[in-house]
Amino acid sequence: MDTGLLIEKSVLVLIIFLISLGIAAYQTYFERKLAAWIQDRVGPDRAGPFGILQPIADGVKMFLKEDFIPKDADKWLFIIGPGIAMFTSLITSAIIPWGTDLELFGRTITLQVADFDIGILYLFAVLSISVYGIMIGGWASNNKYSLYGAIRASSQMISYELAMGISAITIIMLSGSLSLTDIVNKQHGMNWNIFYQPVCFIVFFICSMAETNRAPFDLPECENELIGGYHTEYSSMKLGLYLFSEYTAMFISSAIMAILFLGGYNFPGMDSDFFKDHNNLLAITSIIVFFSKIFLFIFIFMWIRWTIPRFRFDQLMHLGWKVLIPVAMVNLLITGIVIAIKEGWFNELM
Amino acid sequence: MSLQIISIILGSLTIASALMVVLSKHPIRSVIFLVVTFFFISSLYILMNAQFLAIVNIIVYAGAIMVLFLFVLMLLNLNKSAEPESSILVKFSSLIAAGGLFLVLIAALKDSILLSKTYIPNNEAIGTVEGLGNLLFSKYVVPFEVSSILFIAAMVGAVLLAKREKQIID
Repeated sequence: MDTGLLIEKSVLVLIIFLISLGIAAYQTYFERKLAAWIQDRVGPDRAGPFGILQPIADGVKMFLKEDFIPKDADKWLFIIGPGIAMFTSLITSAIIPWGTDLELFGRTITLQVADFDIGILYLFAVLSISVYGIMIGGWASNNKYSLYGAIRASSQMISYELAMGISAITIIMLSGSLSLTDIVNKQHGMNWNIFYQPVCFIVFFICSMAETNRAPFDLPECENELIGGYHTEYSSMKLGLYLFSEYTAMFISSAIMAILFLGGYNFPGMDSDFFKDHNNLLAITSIIVFFSKIFLFIFIFMWIRWTIPRFRFDQLMHLGWKVLIPVAMVNLLITGIVIAIKEGWFNELM
Repeated sequence: MSLQIISIILGSLTIASALMVVLSKHPIRSVIFLVVTFFFISSLYILMNAQFLAIVNIIVYAGAIMVLFLFVLMLLNLNKSAEPESSILVKFSSLIAAGGLFLVLIAALKDSILLSKTYIPNNEAIGTVEGLGNLLFSKYVVPFEVSSILFIAAMVGAVLLAKREKQIID
């Protein structure tokens, strides 16, 4: 076992963990500031200059609140529910390639925790088990509103996973690989998938919004029908973990969309002579480029939340099953035919 | 050697969680332990370098089928008091049936010890997407296509059943 590799990966895991949590915390601040801006208000401005200490104040408040477990709740499942939600939204970050290789202390460090052969399938596996956190928490609360929220969340997630999977298959066909590193490297420079697959991108974007339970798809926590949805009975940091996991999931799915459609860390001009000599500078620039793409997506997520009102549940199901899945399938079929013609499968027929 | 220790630990954890599926009194907890069991089975697949199989096992079983199980159990709202008390005769006959199944399983598996000698650890081509894809689209193409037709038939059947029920309500 290579000790250097072990240290390198552990440090990388720790950094990614801290960055995910930090960005998730500051997303709450930006969400409020953006909402305030859209609604012509000031927003949080009391804690620190421009209110930038607001997430810390919120965190402390969450911790100091009374931690309450309902009498008839299933105690163990009530406790592990938020834990599973947080766990599943964090572990996706293991397969994300954050930048080009970094050269430090004579070692080439790959900025990716695990380079799987089947990275994108791992992503979908994590996505498919992320329902459990909400489902278990909602059921264990022993409250009918929580149960309704949990059932809505799981049916919504299962429905939108299909369209998401089909649009991901289109990208897999285009890149010819299941590994996220290969998918990113295929989009070298300005060769991004969004220019080839705009329809696929729109379907994937709508589905990620539904998967992260963001408005206009936040039916599971719809206040005017279900009080608080699946986290009605939760208080203190358990509620905090649920809210936090939503923001972490938003960060991670923005990263995934940046990888699949906006070329990940690729940017035009990365082949120039200047970057050939400065490998580490290239790595740092690529990380910055990647993060600015992620922030762009996070901004769009928030923008949509404060612009479009919530769907009705039957509209949500209609959109998922009768619009997005057929569109994604037709897109898949057309992509398949175009690839087959390009590869010359029909040459003998024509 | 360390691989063997890991596989022994994972194997015993698999069996322990599978036992908990049967032993836990609450149906929801049983389902959750079943999900945990699928995770341990997937980890055993990874030890055999069958990554694709491991991930698909999680996506299909832990991610889709078990969610539906949990769904149905939550909607039925089963709990301890709703479970009917079974008589001694039922308990005795279920013991005999389970014992018979156990015997059949042991009889079927006793030869697999011989088979395991042909398994080559770290054979990279065996479980990867490329290896599996090559096999599915060359050697096993007919069974693969036939089973996909079977799936479509089942799906159409399910849709039809759901539709007919709606017409009765109308």
